[in-house]
Amino acid sequence: MSKKIKFYKKESFSAILFLSPTLIIFSVFILLPVVFSFYLSFHDWNMFSADKQYVGFDNYSKMLTSAEFWRVLKNTAVYTFCTVPLSMAVALVIAFFLNKKIIGKKFLRTAFFTPVVISAVAAAVIWRWIYDPNFGLLNYVLGLIGIPAINWINNPTAAMSALIIMGVWKSLGSNMILYLAGLQGIPDHYYEAAEIDGAGGWHKFWRITVPLLGPTTFFILVISIIGSFQVFDIVYVLTYGGPLGATKVLVFYLYEHAFKFFNMGYASAAAYILFAIIFILTLLQTKFMRTHYTIK
Amino acid sequence: MNRKKQKISKFSKSLLLHILIYVGALLTVAPFIWMVLTSFKGMGEILSYPPTFFPEEFKFSNYIRAFQAASFGRFYFNTFLVAIACTLGQLVTCSMAAFAFARLKFKGRNALFMLFLGTMMIPGQVTMIPTFIILYWLGWIDTYWALIVPGLASAFGTFLMRQFFLTIPRELEDAAYIDGCSRFGVLWRIILPLSKPALATLAVFIFMFFFNDFLWPLIAINSEEMRTVQLGLAVFRDRYITEWDLLMAGSVTATLPIIMIFFFAQKYFIKGITLSGLKE
Repeated sequence: MSKKIKFYKKESFSAILFLSPTLIIFSVFILLPVVFSFYLSFHDWNMFSADKQYVGFDNYSKMLTSAEFWRVLKNTAVYTFCTVPLSMAVALVIAFFLNKKIIGKKFLRTAFFTPVVISAVAAAVIWRWIYDPNFGLLNYVLGLIGIPAINWINNPTAAMSALIIMGVWKSLGSNMILYLAGLQGIPDHYYEAAEIDGAGGWHKFWRITVPLLGPTTFFILVISIIGSFQVFDIVYVLTYGGPLGATKVLVFYLYEHAFKFFNMGYASAAAYILFAIIFILTLLQTKFMRTHYTIK
Repeated sequence: MNRKKQKISKFSKSLLLHILIYVGALLTVAPFIWMVLTSFKGMGEILSYPPTFFPEEFKFSNYIRAFQAASFGRFYFNTFLVAIACTLGQLVTCSMAAFAFARLKFKGRNALFMLFLGTMMIPGQVTMIPTFIILYWLGWIDTYWALIVPGLASAFGTFLMRQFFLTIPRELEDAAYIDGCSRFGVLWRIILPLSKPALATLAVFIFMFFFNDFLWPLIAINSEEMRTVQLGLAVFRDRYITEWDLLMAGSVTATLPIIMIFFFAQKYFIKGITLSGLKE
């Protein structure tokens, strides 16, 4: 008996042992940085000088009054609010069809999912080639249907469109998988009942599928917005924020300030603004999402 | 007659659906297929207009030249080293932490677990700058340590493993404890062998993440011989911006391992996406 008591007394000690690797990594590379970053956002520091100058809210006020910052925020918002709904709508349609009687489902699922696993850098290299104004595939195809060549990368408006098209292509697959999981949660007898009432395919889609996928849609929406606000890799390789800053997004701006100009304080403030945006979105999500999914 | 008509319309509808979805699928994989085909074409053919689909002659030399122009072999080594180290490391740390959260009773367990979940909300960009500074102070910038050590633990992995452990019945463990097995022994000999699907899902995800990661290596690595494949490809692209034959060969190089893993372990990728959708 005493052996048993000793065994359970040791339980919290064991817990510490089991948790310690994770706790050490987390303390050094997450908790400490979060605090440190917050502290830095109130300082002016280039990382190499010994003294960090306390500047209060200067970094934040400088940023919030900088035209460039608002432009960057606008670019990020335009990218996000074009890419996310487009990607979700297409993903929903694909998932809806894939959930029906279709030959080669597995093959199709693989095909739509492939862009998700391809690295953003390699994907951006390919797309840069597809977008090439003189030799690119896209202008060739557009030319076939009579659309004049577009300078995808060097025209500010076109560059943002180019980024959005690629963003949709890249995110389609994971949204489709999430929608498929949601669709599989809708019981067949709902559709059967609607059929007895004489509902057609279109009707069933709008009256049963779309409303019952509400929680899934909301979830995908929030995680997609969070992900899109953090977009960086494809911007870096496809457009490098250009032309003339037309595709400069928040993380690119942060990267520039931190690792090109070494404005560590200012960049930390930018990181905290991004954090605030994402925090609000996550709160929205946890507040509205109390639905439990079942895994199949 | 009417019924036959209905049948025909049903068939043509289904045919139309198949055509649409297959065209969509083709368009989705087209950039990838285009990349692979272009990587075997000569420069003259690449710049020909209208573009050719299949290479007129297969030029494997593009790959040889790409590997000569940049040390992709070395980049591969670096990437595999980092991705494998992080994957194995996380499987160990996440399983251990998950075991503590799923099976051990200790004070403040729920609070600590909530804190763990909370850290998933923190975007990587917030911790990136101080992490860089800390690694700079440690003298680890431009070393493997900078790429590996921050990636040795994760809240997502811990959460995923904990959820899985909770579904495993405890009877087996109780029997093992009675036989004098230690807690680590129970985790190692009983729980982990039963958790293979979860471990595989997590492994595939971590590996893909570190193989494809770009922003962190971009920040933490300066010298050429320390570059990962993705970073190497980005630098390569800046240098050979118009040499599409080399760039496509490089891109295929940077994608191939993941594509291969994806084809063989597809169900784990898909499960991972669905599970990441169940985070909250």
